[in-house]
Amino acid sequence: MVDPITVNTNAGETLLRFRDDVVHDEPAVTLDAFLGQTNATAVRLEAGDDARELLEHLGQIALVEISFPTFRDGRGYSAARILREAGFEGELRAAGDVLVDQIPHMRRCGFDSFAPEKPVDAATLTKLLALYPQPYQKAADARVPVWKLRHG
Amino acid sequence: MYRYDEYDQSIVDARVEEFRDQVERRLSGALTEDQFKPLRLMNGLYLQLHAYMLRVAVPYGTLDSRQMRMLGHIARKYDRGYGHFTTRQNIQYNWIKLADAPDILAELATVQMHAIQTSGNCIRNISSDQFAGAAADEVADPRPWAELLRQWSTFHPEFTYLPRKFKIAVIAADEDRAAMRLHDIGIQLLTRDGVLGAKIFVGGGMGRTPMIAHEVKDFITADHLMSYLEACLRVYNRYGRRDNIYKARIKILLHEIGVDAYREQVEAEFAAIRDLGIDPPLAELERITAMFTGPDFASDAPDTVDRADPDFAVWLDQNVAAHKQPGHAIVTISLKPIGGIPGDASADQIDLVADLAERYGHDELRVTHAQNIVLPHVRKADLYVIWTALRDAGLAEANLDLISDIIACPGLDYCSLANARSIPLAQKIGERFAGRQRELGELKLKISGCINACGHHHAGHIGILGVDKKGTENYQLLLGGSGAEDVSLGKITGPGFDEDGVVDAIERVTDRYVALREADERFLDTYRRVGMQPFKEAIYG
Ligand code: HEM
Ligand code: SF4
Repeated sequence: MVDPITVNTNAGETLLRFRDDVVHDEPAVTLDAFLGQTNATAVRLEAGDDARELLEHLGQIALVEISFPTFRDGRGYSAARILREAGFEGELRAAGDVLVDQIPHMRRCGFDSFAPEKPVDAATLTKLLALYPQPYQKAADARVPVWKLRHG
Repeated sequence: MYRYDEYDQSIVDARVEEFRDQVERRLSGALTEDQFKPLRLMNGLYLQLHAYMLRVAVPYGTLDSRQMRMLGHIARKYDRGYGHFTTRQNIQYNWIKLADAPDILAELATVQMHAIQTSGNCIRNISSDQFAGAAADEVADPRPWAELLRQWSTFHPEFTYLPRKFKIAVIAADEDRAAMRLHDIGIQLLTRDGVLGAKIFVGGGMGRTPMIAHEVKDFITADHLMSYLEACLRVYNRYGRRDNIYKARIKILLHEIGVDAYREQVEAEFAAIRDLGIDPPLAELERITAMFTGPDFASDAPDTVDRADPDFAVWLDQNVAAHKQPGHAIVTISLKPIGGIPGDASADQIDLVADLAERYGHDELRVTHAQNIVLPHVRKADLYVIWTALRDAGLAEANLDLISDIIACPGLDYCSLANARSIPLAQKIGERFAGRQRELGELKLKISGCINACGHHHAGHIGILGVDKKGTENYQLLLGGSGAEDVSLGKITGPGFDEDGVVDAIERVTDRYVALREADERFLDTYRRVGMQPFKEAIYG
């Protein structure tokens, strides 16, 4: 999906979603709480949490929310890729200090939903998402890297 | 040399547009300075004491005459008529206006250049051996690998908000001309059973806690290089410290958890990702390598040089190195004239050097980490005309690797973090030792204006560190460092000095060296043989 759908959740958050399924409305629990109780379907990872601890439970999870305490803290990019590399297909949400200029990279790492603390300008985002014709690397999205275009 | 195809060009062009938009949003107030800062930094735009500074990437230090002329044009049109070549083989301009920056990037893009990731907490410009493709001692040209890394690291989506900046160097010879082991990742190409591969070193760096990189992988072939490096970076991105910027480099992570624990984590990560299709096919390395086959050297170029002119002969012995091809030579053009600013070049000098490369040098130039320029492929028969032209432009200082070939950071003249001035000190040292530098032989002197070590003082045979002593500029002296294959970190001699005092102290050190040296021993070797004590006695009495 190229352009996001903007939705307002029951909790009053504004979400930018690159998915067309319904928003998962069960509240996300902490990693500790999740590992301690077996029936939760939504988890919130803090920046320092180890995403790998979720890998054996991916089948039951519909939403992982990854927190960005400041836009400078890039740990969540690796967490997202780890989950996608392991086959996670549920909603992957970046929440917190998420800036519009970061969303294209986050999309490449597998995020498909965004809950930025401060509003994101939709026109700027659309422009940024269309800016780069092709990436140099393979990542967690479907975009085809330049080397693949060169060599088939 | 590497040439962009339509894909490379479209990416660099898109970057210009993106940055133009970011600058407009900043100028309109839509972005705060705090939000704009990481964006401009990823385009090499720093705010210094007096103005913006723009750092332009020279990937692995290689450029052609057209690109070099563009650097001169930018110096003339947007700066004050000069540029400053840096220790990471880049060039920076010190007097840039924010509103001009997008136009500068657009001009650079017309000659396949950019300022992408020349600062910020991301993977920086990949550096390499300035003699690559010309040196007799290399197992292969390291630059195709460096170009592969350039593409992989450009806008890497996962590694753009690392704990700290990340520097990678690639070499392919046992002689290390790129300070490889003082990089976050150092890569040395070598062959094993006839196959070309890489040895990977991790965790080197300077700054306030200098460290030498550890060997983490003894051999990795090209088909898994990217996935292995992604594993190295991912472990760092997840576990590198973010609570204190002075402890955020990967060297601190390795120091805290130990090299074996780091290696184990990398191996586990590598096992998880190595088969996910991250690595480009070998055909991509082959495509790039084909562009680095080098010029067609004349096989009948005469191998002798007329040494009749004594000044020329001095330069020949000091600044000209052996080339792998008979009848050819490698010329290092010193940007360290006695009394000048190390690494600075005027727009006219930049143009002249470009002309020489075009006429006599197969159109190739290199920037060295010691802030000099190299003509990697010239015929011996042309050396004298080249020297004459350089001499007339003030570029024929015969001081490569001598005490006046100083690496110096910008220091207090430009830098807001500085404790002390570096440039005037470099000028004084050059003037004091100009007459006897040849007698002293190889002696690498490096100056930093503060503990951040931009001037590589830890790696100087003689290093100088600017410190603040009760509000006055003070200098500490270090001895015994090296950034080459015999890498080591310098040790502080003792109490510091004022500006003239440190020049006097260096003179006492070099006098003692001359008294102690055996045969052709370099200063560094004498120091290693006799230790600090005799020099301490010479300095402090
Ligand atoms: C004038 C503005 C500059 C500022 C504010 C600045 C700032 C810094 C800081 C804070 C560090 C320490 C980084 C760390 O340890 O994490 C550093 C390191 C460094 N800088 Fe600069 N710098 C400046 C100019 C330069 C220039 C002109 C050069 C090249 C000639 C340069 C080359 C380096 C190098 C090689 C390092 C050491 C890298 C390492 O620790 O491995 N810097 N700089
Ligand atoms: S070493 Fe210090 S004074 Fe010199 S450029 Fe770096 S930060 Fe500035």
